[in-house]
Amino acid sequence: MQKKDIGLGILIIVVGAIVYMRNPLFLSPINLGNTANLIGLFGLFAIGQGFVIMTGGIDLSVGSVIALLGVLFVDMVGKFGVPWPIAVAITVGLGVLIGLAHGILITRFKLQPFVVTLCGLLIYRGIARGYTAESTAGFPFGSSYPQLEWLTIGRSFGVPHSFLAMLIVAAIMWVVLHHTVFGRHLCAVGKNEEAARFSGINTRFVTITAYVICAVLASIAAIYFAMFTKSVQPSSHGNFYELYAIAAAVLGGCSLRGGEGSVIGIVLGAVLLQELQNLVNLLGIPSSLNFAVMGTVILLGVLADQQFATYRNRKNTERALGLLQKQ
Amino acid sequence: MSAVHGLDLKLENVTKVYPGVVALNDVSLQIKAGEVVGLLGENGAGKSTLMKILGGLIAPTSGHITLDGQQFDRFDVKESQQAGIAFVHQELNVFDNMDVAANIFLGREKVRGLFRLADHKAMKELAQPLLDRIGARFRPDTPVSTLSLAERQLLEIAKALSMNARLVIMDEPTSSLTLSETNMLLKVIADLKGQGIAVVYISHRLSEVEECADRAVVLRDGVKVGVLERDELTHDAMIHMMIGRDLKALYTPPALPATKPVLAVKNLSIKSKPDRPASFELMGGEILGVAGLIGAGRTALAEAIFGVGEKLDGEILVDGVEVKVNTPADAIAAGLYLVPEDRKRSGLILDFPTLENVTMANLSAFTSRGLVSQKRQIEVAEIQRDALAIKTRDVRRAANEMSGGNQQKVVLAKWLSMDPKVIIFDEPTRGIDVGAKAEIYGLMRSLADHGVGVMMISSDMEEVIGVSDRIFVMKDGAITGELPRLKFSESNVLNLAVGKILEEA
Repeated sequence: MQKKDIGLGILIIVVGAIVYMRNPLFLSPINLGNTANLIGLFGLFAIGQGFVIMTGGIDLSVGSVIALLGVLFVDMVGKFGVPWPIAVAITVGLGVLIGLAHGILITRFKLQPFVVTLCGLLIYRGIARGYTAESTAGFPFGSSYPQLEWLTIGRSFGVPHSFLAMLIVAAIMWVVLHHTVFGRHLCAVGKNEEAARFSGINTRFVTITAYVICAVLASIAAIYFAMFTKSVQPSSHGNFYELYAIAAAVLGGCSLRGGEGSVIGIVLGAVLLQELQNLVNLLGIPSSLNFAVMGTVILLGVLADQQFATYRNRKNTERALGLLQKQ
Repeated sequence: MSAVHGLDLKLENVTKVYPGVVALNDVSLQIKAGEVVGLLGENGAGKSTLMKILGGLIAPTSGHITLDGQQFDRFDVKESQQAGIAFVHQELNVFDNMDVAANIFLGREKVRGLFRLADHKAMKELAQPLLDRIGARFRPDTPVSTLSLAERQLLEIAKALSMNARLVIMDEPTSSLTLSETNMLLKVIADLKGQGIAVVYISHRLSEVEECADRAVVLRDGVKVGVLERDELTHDAMIHMMIGRDLKALYTPPALPATKPVLAVKNLSIKSKPDRPASFELMGGEILGVAGLIGAGRTALAEAIFGVGEKLDGEILVDGVEVKVNTPADAIAAGLYLVPEDRKRSGLILDFPTLENVTMANLSAFTSRGLVSQKRQIEVAEIQRDALAIKTRDVRRAANEMSGGNQQKVVLAKWLSMDPKVIIFDEPTRGIDVGAKAEIYGLMRSLADHGVGVMMISSDMEEVIGVSDRIFVMKDGAITGELPRLKFSESNVLNLAVGKILEEA
């Protein structure tokens, strides 16, 4: 646990307490369950976004990937009768391909991540709309896939499985980021790619892998979202989701300059975002103000964090200066 | 340009106390028009504190500044500028997306007309005489991106002149310059002096101070330990005063005669100079100096050997076996390591803890069942810290809290924690103080004595001549000559560097 994570955790508890005092429904099992489901769905792909951001890049295509792969998954299972495990494998496989394409364009062809994934955002959304001819993709009436549904929208002891899936992914990614060679290399590449290269780190591989992780988690999220909404409207499904992911990662302490971030932070960032959505609903704030509330809280959070960081840095510099001068 | 008013600047009994530290203790200093004052001292001796007081960035705790008879307790930045004090920094503050004139007048742009549009023409016309005064060969409309480091330095000096500078303070101005560029700068300093402008020259390169200074002020631990007048300015005297003891003669001969070639490079050509292949051998146990002008292709050669730069053709043999080096990982696997020129950009990750920097190239060796063991990282980092005398209390602290010399040792520690056969040092002591330099030289020698082949690229003539067992000189990507220790001399190195053929002596 980093200091930042603890700060974020406290903020979540404080906001929660305020909401609860104004509306006790906040802690009702139904509300908690629904919120946990959303946290799970959004947390899944926010973790992937965090990995990309830690390389100093960004992935703007996440929302469109969720729409495109959602449409394809629903059609594969609902329309073409592909057995769901195979459909899942194909969907995740497509995620791998998309991530590889982004990574290779960025590392080998030296395009900027913003540009590559902005084009991805447009291309995948366009394909999704073209493929469906703007019609909504859905499962046939009366169809049922018990195992798939149990895995995605089922609950155990009231806990939504999407939330559990997110926790499992988070645990794995936490180990990967903080305790494997790849994770250390990822931070090194994000912080100073040149020094990483001069240390023999395969920086291209590291960067490409980050984009693959991001797209794969987006593809898994696509399946969860498709099962959650049951139908996918290609022009609106997943709109702006990349921004939720970026917001969660930034709230969670990822620096857009790269090299910094924690998985726990990203998950907490996703929690806070959903808590704020929930706050808007429960406190009777017009839902049209949703984005405004979210934006304001993120801004304040980042501002406060920046102030603390400046203060900490000043203290550190003073101490270092003192040490140097003593030598 | 109006004539320069005579400057008479005095610092009297200046003391600066930081919490717990006395950075400057009762230092007095006088600078008059047309004087070149060398300011010497190891890192942390108080040079930058003194300069910051002159620049108005910090206030002295006690003492005062007298400018042209007027007394100040402190300067602020504006007063310092009005007094005509200008800085040419070690890290250049030029913008390479603009042209020369725009850089000179940045923040003080000439404007014209109702809408106060930038008057490019006027600025160019004003810039030209400034460039003429310092003998610059570029023009006001030359894009800065096309200027060499030395020319950028001249640009900074021109900028100082445009502010009617009466005192130009140069902080390590030659640390990135080649010999001929350095000589050009020294000539410019002489010109400035002729025009009545005073110069404070801060450098670790004592021969330059010897050449250009009227006198040198030596600081040690915040105290002015002495002043050397022009006729007392000798190398030994300066070093003695700076560190308070005599440095051993730089050169220590190898413990054992060089054995067999650990590295052989055959017809290596690089993309930028495809028709100038280089071939050489490096023996185990020797320190091979690589001299040449900047742009001679020394760094490009080193990077090609290390697998960073793109190499077109040629063979690299380590211990007589050919290795295919396409990436740094290939080179590292073969025991070929590079300590790069730009330590802060390529050598280490400043924000990372020492332990991460030390283990970065070899992290897989610190894993058990796929997970990195920080305990073992710390063990190895502490062993290296003790072996190289890296000054840090805790290897978990970030590298950016250390001095340059210690950072360089961290870069070295990264390679020493593995199994070096060949280590290439590219400008190993740039921006490092005299004491730490000697330590780095000692480390290079002890590596060589353990059978490692050490190759040292350096633009510092004292260093190349003082440390190497053998020197080769490069020009335009090719090796133009080789000097055994007996033939070491500045003129021999310089002649080869500019492509002259040595007369057989």
